[in-house]
Amino acid sequence: MSELDKKLGTGIDKAQASNKPITDLSEGSFFKQLLGFWVTFKAQFKKPNTVQYPEERPDIHPRFHGRHQLNRYEDGLEKCVGCELCAWACPADAILVEGADNTDKERFSPGERYGKVYQINYLRCIFCGLCIEACPTRALTMTNEFELADTTRSKLIFEKEDLLAPLRQGMLQPPHPLANGATKDDYYKDRITGVNEVVKDA
Amino acid sequence: MNGIADVIGQDPGWLSLVKGVLVFALCVVATLLTILAERKVVSWMQMRVGPNRTGWKGSLQSLADGVKLALKEDLIPKAADRIVFVIAPVISVTTCFMAFAVIPMTGKVKLFGHTTAMQLTDIPVGVLYVLAAASVGVYGIVLAGWSSGSTYPLLGGLRSSAQVISYEVAMGLSLVAVFIYSGSMSTSDIVNAQNKWWFAVTLFPSFIIYTISMVGETNRAPFDLAEAEGELVGGFHTEYSSLKFALFFLAEYVNMVAVSSLATTMFLGGYHAFPGLGFTEKWLGGWFTMIWYLVKVSLFLYLYIWLRGTLPRMRYDQFMKFGWKVLIPVSLFWILVVSTLRLMSQQHAGRGAVIGVAVGVVLVVFAASNLYESTKRRHAIEDKLGEVAAPKFPVPQIKKAGE
Repeated sequence: MSELDKKLGTGIDKAQASNKPITDLSEGSFFKQLLGFWVTFKAQFKKPNTVQYPEERPDIHPRFHGRHQLNRYEDGLEKCVGCELCAWACPADAILVEGADNTDKERFSPGERYGKVYQINYLRCIFCGLCIEACPTRALTMTNEFELADTTRSKLIFEKEDLLAPLRQGMLQPPHPLANGATKDDYYKDRITGVNEVVKDA
Repeated sequence: MNGIADVIGQDPGWLSLVKGVLVFALCVVATLLTILAERKVVSWMQMRVGPNRTGWKGSLQSLADGVKLALKEDLIPKAADRIVFVIAPVISVTTCFMAFAVIPMTGKVKLFGHTTAMQLTDIPVGVLYVLAAASVGVYGIVLAGWSSGSTYPLLGGLRSSAQVISYEVAMGLSLVAVFIYSGSMSTSDIVNAQNKWWFAVTLFPSFIIYTISMVGETNRAPFDLAEAEGELVGGFHTEYSSLKFALFFLAEYVNMVAVSSLATTMFLGGYHAFPGLGFTEKWLGGWFTMIWYLVKVSLFLYLYIWLRGTLPRMRYDQFMKFGWKVLIPVSLFWILVVSTLRLMSQQHAGRGAVIGVAVGVVLVVFAASNLYESTKRRHAIEDKLGEVAAPKFPVPQIKKAGE
């Protein structure tokens, strides 16, 4: 701890003391003020904090609030039930959801309804994550992707196709019926491990 | 005496022309490099990297910026006085280049078979000529501010002209001591007068005053009030764009190089080598002296950048107070001391008498500063003890509670 630090103490006292105007006008004070030149001179030889962005990716924390994603169950059915809670939670009014009924012929999600229209306007979105907290089925989550610049306004309104998670290995493109013998509860309790694969005893 | 003036006087016309072009090229290249250096050094001071995309490590950044400026749309506001609006940047930039004509950059060198010196001309009042050129440069600023037909440029122009004129006074006064000691106003004579000791050492107070006032004179941080973005947008060049703006930009940096060159000439022994390295002056047929000149100028330019990276901008009234109430009186007092000592030594006063006067001056300064400090302290204590006196001017009555 330097002499000055000892005098000022720590925490809030120090912060307040450092905000005060300089009232010490003794001879020593002038040279103390000149120390600023040494600070900037020294800084020249320190390692810069800059990240050379396009070539060098910055470290992104796992919970970073990036672009949204609409998740699927392991057999490809959508998790979104079209409840619009995300749209209601959104403080920036960036989300538009229109739900529709699932039928036995055309089934997109395990429950009664699914999100037929799902739009997020990234010109309005403030990436607060309230939509994620509101989602009852964990259908909506956020990815780490942050490069969302584009050339027109309309390109920045993301449709359902843009937001849906890609079909992974072993997933089937909806609409398709529920897994053999599975109920929607099996879906909600995460007992589906693939197309027509249900782990009942889990 | 030193022969430089005679040597330059015998230049054929075409050689002067060649030297003129060389000096011009030097100024422009120095500007490009200074802008780059400024951006780089300030970045390092802020732990950033600075421009590093254009060319090798960003070395072509200022050139690219110049091209970009030239290709931008050139706007002239409707309310502007068109002719003056166009002439102002031209005045600004030409006067800066003019100052370079008398700066000695090398000793005697060979150029195309002629013995000459890298100095365009050597006039007996060279330094006055530089100051005159700088004063005319103020017209560029005033006219730019006035002709833009807009409020902020007008205010910025007035500010910077007031600033430049005030600091020119201090600058001129700080040079008087140099004139007294070198016995000449010719730049090459002044350089030669510093063969033994640099004037930065013997006339240290003058050197300090010059260094401060040159920063004020060139409108640079921490004295860049004319461009205080928070108050005046861009100052006098708010309405300028494209090449006209580039000219102002060029003028600012050429001006920096010019006053740094003058500082080198007046105080750091010009193109002469650093003490103890005098043998290098013969290298490269005398051209090595130019490297010494450039090194010294770079030191000053680095100082400019360092100041900018360190100090916050001053407030306008503090700045003016500093110029008129500190720099100018101190300069005047210092000139008095210097001329007394000089006169005594010229009239062969005894060494004891000279030292006596010098010691006397130091004592007087100490006594004065002590008196000042103690008065200030006493006032501070009185202010604390006594109640604040009621203002003499009428003030609205304050209603007491319950009335």
